[in-house]
Amino acid sequence: MRFLPKTLALVSALACAGLAQAADIKIGVAAALTGGAAQYGVSIRNGFQLAAEEINAKGGINGNKIQLVIEDEQGKKEEGINVFKKLIFQDKVLMVFGPTLSNSMFAAGPVANAAKTVVFGTSVTANGITDIGPYVFRNSVMESDVLPVTVATATKHYKLKKVAVIYGNDDAFTKSGYDVFKKVLEDQKLPVTTTETYVKGDVDFKAQLTKIKGSNPDAVVCSCLAEEAANIMLQARGLGIKVPFIGGNGFNSPKLFEISKLAGEGTFVGSPWSNTNPAPANKAFVASYVKKYNAEPNQFAAQAFDALHVAAAALQEVKLSGDVNTDREALKNALPKATINGATGPFKFRAAVTKTGKPGGWDADQKPFIYVVKGGKFTAFDGK
Amino acid sequence: MLEQQLLNALTLGSVYALFALGFTLVFGVLAVINLSHGAVFMVGSYAALAMVSHLNAPLWAALLGAMVVSGTVGLLVDVLVLKPLRARNAPHLIPMIATIGVGIMLTSAAQGLFGAEVLRFPEDVMPAGEFMVGDVHVRALEIAIVAIAFLLMAVLFTILKRTQLGRALRAIAESPKAAYLLGINVEGLFHITSFVAAALGGIAGVLIGLNFNAITPFMGQPMLHKGIAVIILGGMGDIRGALIGGLFLGFAEVISKAYLSSQMGDAVAFGLLFLILLVRPSGLFGRKLERKA
Repeated sequence: MRFLPKTLALVSALACAGLAQAADIKIGVAAALTGGAAQYGVSIRNGFQLAAEEINAKGGINGNKIQLVIEDEQGKKEEGINVFKKLIFQDKVLMVFGPTLSNSMFAAGPVANAAKTVVFGTSVTANGITDIGPYVFRNSVMESDVLPVTVATATKHYKLKKVAVIYGNDDAFTKSGYDVFKKVLEDQKLPVTTTETYVKGDVDFKAQLTKIKGSNPDAVVCSCLAEEAANIMLQARGLGIKVPFIGGNGFNSPKLFEISKLAGEGTFVGSPWSNTNPAPANKAFVASYVKKYNAEPNQFAAQAFDALHVAAAALQEVKLSGDVNTDREALKNALPKATINGATGPFKFRAAVTKTGKPGGWDADQKPFIYVVKGGKFTAFDGK
Repeated sequence: MLEQQLLNALTLGSVYALFALGFTLVFGVLAVINLSHGAVFMVGSYAALAMVSHLNAPLWAALLGAMVVSGTVGLLVDVLVLKPLRARNAPHLIPMIATIGVGIMLTSAAQGLFGAEVLRFPEDVMPAGEFMVGDVHVRALEIAIVAIAFLLMAVLFTILKRTQLGRALRAIAESPKAAYLLGINVEGLFHITSFVAAALGGIAGVLIGLNFNAITPFMGQPMLHKGIAVIILGGMGDIRGALIGGLFLGFAEVISKAYLSSQMGDAVAFGLLFLILLVRPSGLFGRKLERKA
């Protein structure tokens, strides 16, 4: 009787396979649900779940329900690859959303691209992501679209003459943000007093900030993740630095200013999403998010929410054959044409311009919102 | 700006020293490299945070609470993990590996209980007040950190040098067998040492948590690396060495960030460490270890 459990397991597995509805559309979500990037990953997962519920409640896509297969990639490159392999080869998902960090996308993206499966990033803003290949999509607005606007607005508002820069130099996201800042500061002829770096996991920024203080800048430009940014701002105020900050995409977390209280006053940030954007799609999103999760949504939730709606718009146009390889290819061909009016405003894709000239993937084509922090809250900057 | 950087270095270095003190104490007395010390440091931070935010405890009580909680964890590690291994005469590497496991378990437990997000002490528990000395910006918190670190170190030195307990500990460090034959309660002192070492690690965790205002389940790992560096530099098991080594590492790190490049902080600090070890292989104060386990 030793063989019985195995036989039973096999029989039940076969039975389940037979029972699985062919009409369910399996979509993979790889997000950092634990680890340092969890604060982004959890918001992202929430955004996807909310969108999936809404789409399914309205009868799904051409009558097919969306079934999310959610995996935790812990914000680690290795885990990202493992999770992608599981979703693509074992779960046979139609497409994969994620991973959360640009670093992980550079590692895991090629896996999906080689398997001819669409990978769709919602929070990966580093340059070069869509160079990975034609199956790589993202609706994360790139910093090269946002930062010129942010810097120009802050320069005009504060009449900046010179700025200091601090960034994390071992993370693809913060490093590429810095590269963009560097170019923007050169283009806008804003001199840099000093450029300081730190590495992921650092909590002590006092040495760098003391140096920045000594260089006497009019503002501090910061390409940092939210947690680091909060520490940097708090420690800067602790050292008596009084100038405002200009933040990259990592500042786009309401939490950041909850933590740093008034240390972040006057900070300028550009964002692909605005919580106060009065467009109906956004109002509906914010309301339903608050209702479901009892928390305010953030940019990452909004972009994930929109991303699933973009995919759904493309899937409307795809006739599913039931053969996963055929369907994956059909989705890849339909996706570039998808447009929506979502929580982050009107969205469409634009073909990525790759460094090598090889065919690349697809980037977001959207305009940023500019904010200034007042009373510990993001407020839409009105130019006054 | 040099004065400001020196203050940054002193604050950081004194916490390193405090952390390394417990680390080196355990090595000196138990002859074990306890790699859960980083996690115990993290536990102290969370213990203080929990007391402050849930029990509205004042900071001094939270500091004591953190010492008790961390100390208890250290004691439990000794009783549940190290003692059985001692009883079986396990070779040196085994307790080291076992404590790596303990560290991972504690980190995971903290992540389960408190989440992976960075937590912070509420504003109102921090020692308030900041003032300028010349052009140096000093916070009351920094003074408190340095004072607490040095006070605890002074107490420990006094105990080791001047009391019966200290003498017994030094005897065990010299030779546990001989100490046992002379009627010293070796097991009991192992427990006390584990408690005290972990308590020092725990309070270091609170001080770092206050100073940089960031508490995460993973905060012990980089600290552990630095602690290992410090006690190797100071000489394994040497108390003075932990103090000098901790301050040295703090200064090397801050000064190289300030005057070379902020990317080079750790590289310079560890490079210097390597150079010193080339000249003095057993560390600044280390003696040749010729103990047989």
